[in-house]
Amino acid sequence: MKKIDKERLLLGIAAPLLAVVAAFLVTALVLVATGKEPFSAFGIMFDYGIKSDSQVYIINKATTYYLAGLAVAIGFRMNLFNIGVDGQYRLAAFFAAALGGALTLPGFLQIPLIILTAMIVGAMWAGIAGVLKVTRGVSEVVATIMLNMIATAIIGYLLQPGRLGHLDEAGTKVSTTPLPESSRFFDFPTQPDQIWGFLVIAVIAGVAYWFVLSRTRFGFDLRTVGQSGSAAEASGVDVKKMVVTSMLISGATAGLIGMPTLLNDSYEYSGDFPTGIGFTGIAIALLGRNHPVGIALGALLWGFLERGTGKLEFEGYDKEIVGVIQGVIVLCVVIAYEVVRRYGLKRQQRKVGEKLAAQARTNDTQEVSA
Amino acid sequence: MELRGITKRFPGVVANHDIAITVRRGTVHALVGENGAGKSTLMKILYGMQKPDEGTIAVDGEQVTFHNPGDAIRRGIGMVHQHFMLADNLTVLENVVLGSEKLYGIGDRARAKIREISDAYGLNIRPDVLVEDLGVADRQRVEILKVLYRGARTLILDEPTAVLVPQEVEALFDNLRELKAEGLTVIFISHKLGEVLSVADEITVIRRGTTVGTADPASTTPKQLAELMVGTELPSPETRESTVTDVPMLRVEDLSLSATDPDGVVRAVLAGITLTIHKGEVLGIAGVEGNGQSELVDAIMGMRRPDSGVITLDGADISHVPTRKRRESGMGVIPEDRHRHGLLLEAPLWENRILGHVTERPNSKGAILDLKAARADTERIVREYDVRTPGIDVTAASLSGGNQQKLIVGREMSHDPKLLIAAHPTRGVDVGAQAQIWDQIREARREGLAVLLISADLDELIGLSDTLRVMYRGRLVADADPATITPEELGSAMTGAATGHLEHHDDSSAPEDEAR
Repeated sequence: MKKIDKERLLLGIAAPLLAVVAAFLVTALVLVATGKEPFSAFGIMFDYGIKSDSQVYIINKATTYYLAGLAVAIGFRMNLFNIGVDGQYRLAAFFAAALGGALTLPGFLQIPLIILTAMIVGAMWAGIAGVLKVTRGVSEVVATIMLNMIATAIIGYLLQPGRLGHLDEAGTKVSTTPLPESSRFFDFPTQPDQIWGFLVIAVIAGVAYWFVLSRTRFGFDLRTVGQSGSAAEASGVDVKKMVVTSMLISGATAGLIGMPTLLNDSYEYSGDFPTGIGFTGIAIALLGRNHPVGIALGALLWGFLERGTGKLEFEGYDKEIVGVIQGVIVLCVVIAYEVVRRYGLKRQQRKVGEKLAAQARTNDTQEVSA
Repeated sequence: MELRGITKRFPGVVANHDIAITVRRGTVHALVGENGAGKSTLMKILYGMQKPDEGTIAVDGEQVTFHNPGDAIRRGIGMVHQHFMLADNLTVLENVVLGSEKLYGIGDRARAKIREISDAYGLNIRPDVLVEDLGVADRQRVEILKVLYRGARTLILDEPTAVLVPQEVEALFDNLRELKAEGLTVIFISHKLGEVLSVADEITVIRRGTTVGTADPASTTPKQLAELMVGTELPSPETRESTVTDVPMLRVEDLSLSATDPDGVVRAVLAGITLTIHKGEVLGIAGVEGNGQSELVDAIMGMRRPDSGVITLDGADISHVPTRKRRESGMGVIPEDRHRHGLLLEAPLWENRILGHVTERPNSKGAILDLKAARADTERIVREYDVRTPGIDVTAASLSGGNQQKLIVGREMSHDPKLLIAAHPTRGVDVGAQAQIWDQIREARREGLAVLLISADLDELIGLSDTLRVMYRGRLVADADPATITPEELGSAMTGAATGHLEHHDDSSAPEDEAR
């Protein structure tokens, strides 16, 4: 059976590879259609993307994206579509920043406190959608989209001078009170730029995700619900409780998304705090097949694309091309996975059939000779 | 109609090879074979739903090729499927004209045509009744009429008796004889030998995808036919010695459950169910499907909250205990729909072995899964329960139905159940696996297991059960002694025609009756 395993691995890699290649082809067509030369564009992206400062940039971006991918993937493994990761992480980062700015505790207390606050806020916000789903039957998709809107409105309301906002000395920017020096997360002293220390937390989160899902009873129950709600219920899983629990976990993970930026980079929440990463997370979770390593690769690819296309702008290309590539990748991924999944299943069924037929034949001949 | 050398390959299996059948006009031709022998595939080929890889079909001496069911219909071949294809919220008339509006319109002309066909073949169909108000047998007649309405001269009936009680089967056979008398041809697929012998003019036997012989019903005994069918002697579900003790294992008292149907009406689906299963006892529940059997299983498993009633397992009140606790305390379940409730189809076999018993050894230690032990135990189940698979890493979906079921039985038996709920344990399972599953149930019963058996196969019910109850519209309306009762008597209780304790009234009583 080792052979089928190898095959499964091959099939697993085939789909995202196919998708990425197809995406570049489609992008090339788009570039040709707009009268630009596609291959030099890819050349520019690649050359620029592997420069050492780009590498640092990509890794830092990927740290954030990885956490976003994980948050979404937890929902996906449960068959829940948590579109609200976006609102969850923004609200979480905002409250965490506000709390961090208001306190001046020693770093070893304050940093965990900030992170914990973010996780709790994220979990609560996602939990609302979970509770609505199990008590009122509201689709989590609808609920989380609404909650994204509400999160935006809440942040907009509170992020004003006199509330939780704080006007900087130049009088141009409203943000939360900056975190004290002691609350800054460590950096790796790499050159030319530093790699954010929060990478460590992201790696720990990835390992925890893998361990909980594939090695614990809880993870098994969660995956069972994702694969077949009816079978899970019959097997004794409390599906409703599981929906709420997994939404809470997904939301808590979403709470971490804003932390690398907050603790390693901006140290405050302001109007230019990155938005839309929740949606990026959906794409990355899809691309990474909800697998901890796959999500990491997807996050790195996303960072690379953004870095590379940033350069394109200076070379006379439209920077919107990155959106085209990313969009096409997501579409291709969804299609490629389904195609590969069906192919794999069919192929296995056929192999099993062949093998059993061969076994039956040898048994028959043995009986005859006996 | 003539079929010659039909071969159809599916990925991994040859479903049909070298099929040769000749069906004469104006006859009832039965096609028999055990589950998985390739009957249904053959019929799909005949009806244009699948194309054969090799071989020819000739109708009235003329060679034909069917690309879709429409082609078959144009040649006068119609199919009545095992699962009805009717829209419940439409009337009979609407269902019949649906898709064939051009034939006779959708109004009075169509209604008159339906009446005409109904009268001609004694189908007794009222065109303006809603299909949802019809019973199973009536629906089947509507399906037949639908096919006739489209001008079919040859009808294919796929396991038409599977959903009927014996009395209804007789009525269906009368209809078939009418059809035959009018010069129509009927191809009748079944694996129930008694029925086949009583209605068919000619019999073709299929085994392992090919035609192995024909039989003349007048000169063939069921036993000979069975041997043709399986190649060996047919297993029997009979249990020999009684192992019933007087220690109650499962008690259900006055259990009631109501449910809201899609129209918003609250209906009682279980009413005042009281039963006791003792250690070593198999309690069989007979009933036409949809009379509350699934709901009873759900309530005992804890998947539905009953309105009232007490459920006791081995002396402990489990009425309000969650499903997982109930399963941990010794409840094994062979679910009615194994794909929906018993398996994770796209997960490997070893994960399916964990399903439902994730909190128990060897699957986990504390909160952590013990993959090594679970895998080793899966290997054991595969070996001991003869699950035919090349390994435990293949997905459950790649196994045949019988092997999936053997895996489920093996899994449930591996946790020393006190109570086994077996809902249609051998449905869609080949004869070999069927015999094994019966053996395992008997074995476990000898060791003091209590079994709640729900089945549509009356022979299985009568053969395996120590006690029989009949369920009708959510109530247990009758009980019977499996040693003396006949399928026909049970059947009449299943339609609600008889209640109370069913006595066997037969003058030509079998010797075992006299012994009592």
